[in-house]
Amino acid sequence: MAVFADFFADGFNIARRNMIKVLRVPEILVSVLVTPVIMVVMFAYVFGGAIDIPGGSYREFLVAGAFAMNLSFGATFTGAGLAEDMQKGIISRFRSLPMSRSAVVFGRTSTDVLYNIMTLVVMAGAGLLVGWRIHNGLASAVAGFAVLLAFAYALSWIMAYVALLVPTPEIINSTAFMVIFPLTFIANTFVPAETLPGPLRVFAEWNPVSAVAQAAREAFGNIPPGTPEPTVWSLQNPALYTLIWVVVIVAVFAPLAVRRYQKMGS
Amino acid sequence: MQNIIEARGLVKRYGDIEGLTGLDLSVPEGSVLGLLGPNGAGKTTAVSILTTLLEPDAGTAKVAGADIRSEPGEVRKRIGLSGQYAAVDDYLTGFENLDLIGRLYHLGRKQARRRAHELLERFDLVEAGSRPVKGYSGGMRRRLDLAGALVAAPPVLILDEPSTGLDPRSRAQLWDIIRELVDGGSTLLLTTQYMEEADQLAEDIVVIDRGREIAHGSPDQLKKMVGGERMEIALSSEADLDEAKRTIAPFAVGAIHGTRTAVTAPISGGVDTMTLVLRAFSAAGIELEDAGLRRPTLDDVFLSLTGHGTEGATEPALVDMKEAS
Repeated sequence: MAVFADFFADGFNIARRNMIKVLRVPEILVSVLVTPVIMVVMFAYVFGGAIDIPGGSYREFLVAGAFAMNLSFGATFTGAGLAEDMQKGIISRFRSLPMSRSAVVFGRTSTDVLYNIMTLVVMAGAGLLVGWRIHNGLASAVAGFAVLLAFAYALSWIMAYVALLVPTPEIINSTAFMVIFPLTFIANTFVPAETLPGPLRVFAEWNPVSAVAQAAREAFGNIPPGTPEPTVWSLQNPALYTLIWVVVIVAVFAPLAVRRYQKMGS
Repeated sequence: MQNIIEARGLVKRYGDIEGLTGLDLSVPEGSVLGLLGPNGAGKTTAVSILTTLLEPDAGTAKVAGADIRSEPGEVRKRIGLSGQYAAVDDYLTGFENLDLIGRLYHLGRKQARRRAHELLERFDLVEAGSRPVKGYSGGMRRRLDLAGALVAAPPVLILDEPSTGLDPRSRAQLWDIIRELVDGGSTLLLTTQYMEEADQLAEDIVVIDRGREIAHGSPDQLKKMVGGERMEIALSSEADLDEAKRTIAPFAVGAIHGTRTAVTAPISGGVDTMTLVLRAFSAAGIELEDAGLRRPTLDDVFLSLTGHGTEGATEPALVDMKEAS
C-alpha cells in the first residue's frame, strides 16, 4: 500500500511541478491558448466558406476535426518536455531520489491531460464563437471530449517513450511533425474520408484519428444530415475503435516508457 | 573504521569504449575521498553507478550499508547527489526546487517546506529563493544544487565536479561550504578534474585515468611520490622548445614536460642546480622570459603518473589545471 501511496504522491508532485512550468513559460501558454484558437478560426473561415454541405454546416463538421488534430499535436509537448528535463539533468536528479520509479513518466502524461483540457476548453470557446454548437446534450458532449482526451493521453505515452530514447527536443518536434501531420490530415478531420482517392481512403478509414473525429462529431451532433452511413467498422463504431487503440497503445508504451526510465543509460 | 562507501571491481563498457575497467573505492565514515581525473577518465560513470543511475557490467558496491544492485531504493534514501550540470529546475523558484526535492524524499509537506527555508538561509539564497532559477548566476545555481543534495540530510554526499565552470570567487565560496559540511561530519565523495580542488578538500585521493585507478594516497603522499622540486621555464619563442628540453635534460631527475613556451622538469639540488641550468641555457643561446623553482603540485603528480598529460585527449584537463592554479 505504501508503494501506491508513494506513487500517487510522487506523481502528483511531478505533475504539479510540470504545471507550474506551463503557467510560467509564456511560450507554452501561447501554444496552449493561442495556437488552438488560430487553428479553429483559420480552418473555419478559410475552408468553412469554401465547402458547402447541403442542409448542414461544414464549419460544425470542421471543429471536431480541429479538436482531434490539435490534441494529437499536444503529444509533442509531452515528448519535448521530457526531453528537455533529460538534457538538463533533472531526470538524473529524480532518478537519484528515493521516489517511485514510474511516477516521473506518469506525472508527465497526467500533466498533459490537464494541458489538453485547457486546450480543449479554449478551442471549444473559439468553436462556439465561429458557430459550432453542441446538439446532443451535455452528457453526450462530455463523452465526446472524453474520447478526445483518452486518445491524446495514449499518444502522450508514445511520445514519452520516444523522448526517453532520443532526448533531443528539436528531433522530437520535427519527427513528431512528420508523423502527426500526415496522420491528422489523411483522415476525415477536415473532409469526409469518402472523398479521398483509393489507398488514402482506406488509410483514412482505419486511421484512429478519423475515428476520434467521427466519435466526437457523433457525440456533439455535428454529422450533417443526409451524410451516408460509414461503410467500414472503424467508423461505424468510432468510440469503441478509438478506445481499442487507446488501450493497446497505453498497454504497450506505458511499460516500455517506464522500463526505459528505470534502465536509462545502461 | 567502517567504510561507508565500498566498491569492488566496478566495470562499465559503453559499446567498445571502456568506461570503467575494475575500479575499487573505499570511503571511511566521516571522510572525504577525492576522485581525480581528466575528462573521460570515468569519474561520472563511477558516480552514476554508486548513485544507482547506472548498473555496472561487473563488480559490487555498498553505499551506507545498502547494496547498489539488490537494494537501489535504500541507497537512494541514504545519498545526496549534486551533479555536474547543476540539475536545478529553471522554471521553479529556488524554494520550489528544494521543496519538491524534499517531497520526493518523502519528508512530508511540512518538513519539506521547513527544510527548504533552512537551506536557503544557510546557502545565502533567502532573497533569491522566491525568484525562478532562470535568473540565477552560475554560483547561485551550484549552491542551490548542492542544497538539493542536503535536503534529506543524507549520511553520504556525492558531488560530481561541484565547481566545474565556476569563476574563482564562486569556487572559493563553494569550497567553504563543502568544508563546513565536512567539519559537520558528512562523508563525501567528490569528483574533480582540478588538482587544487582535491588538494584543498580531500584527505584521500584516488587518481583515475581511462577507467582505472593509477594512484591512491593523501595529497602529501601523492606529492612525495613524484619527489623533487620543479623547475619551470618560460621561453621567449616556441621555436626553442625542443632545444630547451635537450638543454635541461642532463639536470632532470624525471620526465620533462613541455608545451609551447613552457617547460617543466623535476630537478634536485635546489637553487644551485637552477643556476647551472640557467647558465646552460645562456650558453645555448636560448632566450628566457621567466624561470623559477617550486614544490611539486598535484598537477605534476598527475602528469608523471599518466605520462600522457600533454596528449590531445587530456588537453581540456590541462587547461583547467592552469586556470585553477
